[in-house]
Amino acid sequence: MATIIIPTPLRKFTNNDARLEVKAGDIQGTIRELTQHFPGLAKHLLDEQGQIRSFLNIFVGDDDIRDLQHEKTVVQDNAVISIVPAIAGGIQI
Amino acid sequence: MINIEPTARALMLSDALQTFPNECCGFMFGTEDEEGNRIISEIMVVDNAKEGDKTRRFEISPVDYLKAERHASASDRLLLGIYHSHPRHPAVPSEHDRKAAQPYFSYVIISVHDAENTGIRSWRLNENEQFEEENLGFFQFNLS
Repeated sequence: MATIIIPTPLRKFTNNDARLEVKAGDIQGTIRELTQHFPGLAKHLLDEQGQIRSFLNIFVGDDDIRDLQHEKTVVQDNAVISIVPAIAGGIQI
Repeated sequence: MINIEPTARALMLSDALQTFPNECCGFMFGTEDEEGNRIISEIMVVDNAKEGDKTRRFEISPVDYLKAERHASASDRLLLGIYHSHPRHPAVPSEHDRKAAQPYFSYVIISVHDAENTGIRSWRLNENEQFEEENLGFFQFNLS
């Protein structure tokens, strides 16, 4: 099993669980499994087409999946996956 | 209600002034009671990673976000939100702030005009994904 770390803002959708065990596979399958168990996460993780939202960052260990095989990145047993929301803002002009 | 301890508040204001006229940003850590009242006891200053005009935009790198989550976990504190500054603008969230905002987090905004003229307010998304202002308190110490 791999471990997925839920970012603090989204833990209200996972009964405040910060770390969850998921089956090894690939990132797309892992995220899909996660949203099936916790449907409230879906709109924060997936777009209307069911794909991982483009502004979401996902790390396997310390590596951004954009530097690996994106959503096809293989998740090994004992891997630690982190979901990292985009943090941005600023004044209105 | 959100209370900010004096050291954390001083660091935020210092960051906002030093970064002026650019926007500053960072993370806030602390505790939350059963009623949802928050105490901010620590902040983590991070670089504004926005490419381009930093006078009206901020962005936090994913690597810095990971560090903040790991720090919260290791120090047994909660990652409770984000602070950033609005140079020469009010401490009121913009539509850009709202669209990028995360649930649960407190968003402290520091308005900076000059060293003598700053303002600080805190905001949080409601269930309709609109910002509502949080009551913001500061600890007072009686030194006598």
